[in-house]
Amino acid sequence: MTTTATARQALPSTPLGRSAGPGMFSKRNAFDWVFALLLALGAGYAFQRYHASMDIYEKWILVGTVPALVSLGWFWRTLRGLALGVGAATLLAIALYSRTADGFGADLAQADKIFMLKYFLSSQSAILWMAVLFAMSTMFYWIGLFASVRADGRDNTGLLLGSRLAWAGVTMALIGTLVRWFESHQIGPDIGHIPVSNLYEVFVLFCWLTTMFYLYYEQHYKTRALGAFVMLIVSAAVGFLVWYTVERGAQQIQPLVPALQSWWMKLHVPANFIGYGTFALAAMVAFAFLIQRQAEETRWWKLAPLGILGLVLCLLPIVFRAGKMTSSASYWAVYFGVSVLIVGGILAGRHRIARQLPPPDVLDDVMYKSIAVGFAFFTIATILGAFWAADAWGGYWSWDPKETWALIVWLNYAAWLHMRLMKGLRGVPSAWWALVGLAITTFAFLGVNMFLSGLHSYGEL
Amino acid sequence: MSISSTPLAAAKLPQPSRPVWRDAVELLSSMRFSISLLSLICIASIIGTVIKQAEPYNNYVNQFGPFWAEVFNRVGLYTVYSVWWFLLILGFLVVSVSLCIARNAPKIIAELKTYKEHVRERSLESFHHKVTGSLPLSADASLAHVSHLLSQNGWRARAQVRDNGTMVAARKGMANKLGYLCAHSSIVLICLGGLLDGDLVVRAQMALLGKSVLQGGGLIADVKPEHRLSERNPTFRANLLVTEGGRAGVAVLNMADGVVLQDLPIEVELKKFIVEYYDTGMPKLFASDIVIHDRATGEQVVTRVKVNEPAKYKGITLYQSSFDDGGSSLELRGLPLDGAGKPFMISGTVGASTSLSRANSADQYTLEFAGLRVINVENMGGNTNSGTDVRKVDLASSLDKHLGSGGVVNTDKNLRNVGPSVSYRLRDASGQAREYNNYMLPMDVDGQRVILAGVKESLNEPMRYMRIPVDEQDAVDGWWRMLAALRDPAQRELAVKRYVAQAAPADRPQMAEQLFLTAQRALGLFAGSDKPPTRQPGQAGTAENGDEQARGGLPSLAQFVESTVPEPERARISEVLLRIVNGCLFELANLSREQAGLAPLQPGETTQRFMTQAVLALSDAAYYPAPVLLQLNDFKQIQASVFQVTRAPGKTLVYLGAVLLIIGVFTMLYIRERRLWIWLQSEAPGSTRVQAALSTTRRTMDIDAEFDQLKLELMHVPQAPQEKA
Repeated sequence: MTTTATARQALPSTPLGRSAGPGMFSKRNAFDWVFALLLALGAGYAFQRYHASMDIYEKWILVGTVPALVSLGWFWRTLRGLALGVGAATLLAIALYSRTADGFGADLAQADKIFMLKYFLSSQSAILWMAVLFAMSTMFYWIGLFASVRADGRDNTGLLLGSRLAWAGVTMALIGTLVRWFESHQIGPDIGHIPVSNLYEVFVLFCWLTTMFYLYYEQHYKTRALGAFVMLIVSAAVGFLVWYTVERGAQQIQPLVPALQSWWMKLHVPANFIGYGTFALAAMVAFAFLIQRQAEETRWWKLAPLGILGLVLCLLPIVFRAGKMTSSASYWAVYFGVSVLIVGGILAGRHRIARQLPPPDVLDDVMYKSIAVGFAFFTIATILGAFWAADAWGGYWSWDPKETWALIVWLNYAAWLHMRLMKGLRGVPSAWWALVGLAITTFAFLGVNMFLSGLHSYGEL
Repeated sequence: MSISSTPLAAAKLPQPSRPVWRDAVELLSSMRFSISLLSLICIASIIGTVIKQAEPYNNYVNQFGPFWAEVFNRVGLYTVYSVWWFLLILGFLVVSVSLCIARNAPKIIAELKTYKEHVRERSLESFHHKVTGSLPLSADASLAHVSHLLSQNGWRARAQVRDNGTMVAARKGMANKLGYLCAHSSIVLICLGGLLDGDLVVRAQMALLGKSVLQGGGLIADVKPEHRLSERNPTFRANLLVTEGGRAGVAVLNMADGVVLQDLPIEVELKKFIVEYYDTGMPKLFASDIVIHDRATGEQVVTRVKVNEPAKYKGITLYQSSFDDGGSSLELRGLPLDGAGKPFMISGTVGASTSLSRANSADQYTLEFAGLRVINVENMGGNTNSGTDVRKVDLASSLDKHLGSGGVVNTDKNLRNVGPSVSYRLRDASGQAREYNNYMLPMDVDGQRVILAGVKESLNEPMRYMRIPVDEQDAVDGWWRMLAALRDPAQRELAVKRYVAQAAPADRPQMAEQLFLTAQRALGLFAGSDKPPTRQPGQAGTAENGDEQARGGLPSLAQFVESTVPEPERARISEVLLRIVNGCLFELANLSREQAGLAPLQPGETTQRFMTQAVLALSDAAYYPAPVLLQLNDFKQIQASVFQVTRAPGKTLVYLGAVLLIIGVFTMLYIRERRLWIWLQSEAPGSTRVQAALSTTRRTMDIDAEFDQLKLELMHVPQAPQEKA
């Protein structure tokens, strides 16, 4: 069959039909517009009130936040309610604080006197609530995972409660973060700053970002079974956070050293933690994937690597703390016991777990998607970090240990994505690799600060 | 077959000529090769973070031993990131990625041009995503339906009318391919820019122009031209130290085995270096007010450089990198601790040294003025809960502590600026040096105002502080007079006599005699002039001084008691001895005050506290390793600011690469390239057979969902089909 010189005709392609077409604006409902309007008004008010104390970059960041948040809220509509709720609660906290003034700004001692502030809205209380809610959420997800599957195919009460509690935890974390930001500005002149400047603050960031990404996938794939796994790593972070607060008093707001006094921080740190959070998420999904694959396995030595790996994951904080843990040995003993129970329980209940988990291709897809988003943001974060370093340290790249390890993390996931996209690597090897990726990421995040000395040591333990 | 003319297929044809050359290119541009290179870079980088880079060679010898230190040195592990093999790997990476781009770019461009509408209708069956069905429409109406659907969904399409039907070829997300080009060329740009800004250029200049590193010290003006780089040097990263009020125009480039000087086209004048602290003692601001003088034009630019805000001038960037002492002048007051001699003054500047000797002594010291700190913020709050049982669990109160705002300062911290301190080194005739750190002003410790005098035996040890109580004039002189009196046997005897006179019962002279002997012995031991009997072997020494022979102070008394008193009696005897020594020292204090023309100390709580601390300090003074205590009397601070001066032409390339990388990564990950073919064939009047297939470079669940949606819309019969005009 031959096609002789036939008339080629270009089909009409209307510009409207292209990506920017009917999507963005026509599908908006009234709430969408109210949300956008409220955000714009809020930002406008903030701009009008505080523009004198912002430099040009900070002004642009504030302006840029509006379209970013609006499009996020339009893209994932659940966020609109969350954003408005968190905003309202934060404003309430600010109003309660602002009723009494002290030598500089609002009187922070009110946090111990006013009921709402003391038990809910002050930053420490809210973050403590976050910790409790995330721990409870994890518990209920696990209960739901081991409970029986409902006949009508809907999620059982445990999973449902786990999900609700995770949402509540995110809400409290955001309130705590925003109120902390406000509080930092009430301590004294030149002290206030966005709460992403030390290890304590970024751990809070990590907790809520990871949970939020998970909750997105939960809605998108309509499966709550993965929550048990993802919230496990969030709970580990919460455990560390509690230890860090109680043992080291790390919760206290500290002013910024000169190197950190830059608008770059507002972009660099959150971008980095989107990376860390989604890499952690991917690793936990990979863990679930491996559990599912080995559900029918009965030989213990085949399960051993998975068990050991689970334990190592749980015990990462201890591994990093070796030698300095004598002061709170009982805390760590409990931690160890809980870890053994968790890993043992997971392995023992792998049949039940596997039955509840979504099909492998969904797990694989979640893994790919979160690594992809993490990689994209980690790229941005590393590049922004380089731009910042060029201003602060006099060179965009100086092979500082933190920079070098960021490069290693980046190369690792770049290789993962290459293998996946070019060679079609899937299944067990890619899952193991994602877990190894978490180990590398954790070292880059925490290990470098502890074991290697460099310019970038902002979170000492 | 028209389809076989696509470049994709053509590239597969084997070329018989120059097979070796082609194989080499094939290998270099393969993904396997570049991933191996990247792995090597990873490993080298890890080594670079584990082994501290560019330390003095001796540190490595200490760490690894002489053999391995040398081996590692030969391999270049101490400057991994600029060693030749690391740069070679980077070079290969650039070549490999460039070849990869060169190989793929023509294919991509060809792909971008074509819609692949020549595909055979039979081949549609071999795709993973495919669908067949029929539409109750005429061929034209079907084409219109398809065309509408595609444009609605953002597809770009072309149709090829064949004898037996119409082939519609559509595509979407072609930017993905451009993303590939962006991401990979960005790697090349970043590597090239980085190589340009590294020290490769400097080393090349040194090799080609016969420059060499400078290893000794000396004045900058005296350095010969072979150690200087021209001010036209296109790329460097050097350090420039400028003292307050001074000007500097020659920066120092640190190389692995020495330094090279970099002449700058500008001179930097430091008007003032500003450093500010928060209440917590954390630094708040480092800034330098400078004037940049252009050597060629004489132009002057007044500006301020601070961390995060560098100054730029004609391609040169100045960063605030650190600060130093610019030669502050110090005036120290020396107090001899051996009881002989008067206080004396000595002055010098930080960084300089002077000799310290005494006319009638062989002791010869070199005094090195090491540093001056004008502000010291210390935590003066004691650990208030040290007495509470830490095991006690009080959940309510501990929870309370963690509620509330994050701004509340914990009460167990009390940070305060305790004023200036001076540090100096005393080097004895044999070259051994100890470091001293003395505070200028007294501070309150446990209710008594004391002056801290610290000493450190070696670099790795912490400072140990002697706490000297101050007298009513806030000076250490009261204590120092006591010390001088203690060192004088005549005064000691007088003090003992006075003590015995008021302590012994008047009616029993025999006991007074006994007390005199005991007091004299005890004070002699305390002063260090009498040596206590050595311990019997096997008898454990006290924790503080080990098995060393005590040289005076309380340890001497302890040793005396341990070696002469049987175990059960020790506690009681120690107490008695201490009371006697305290009493004698009180008399000694008053004696020394009398001689200085001062009123005697009034018994009371203040005197009690002073005496307690004075006794402890006198005891410590026996172990103070220098014969003199140097106090900071006055100073004039002159600071110096250290700038990093760079010229980095590769920065533009790197930044361009970075932006391309972000664009490339997002495009590659979030724009999916898809091609769609729809074959429309008239099977009966008013009915058209539709066969569609979708191809994509990577299969994801989203693609499955998208195709399902497309199938639905494609097979959905429109209510009012648009007739094509």
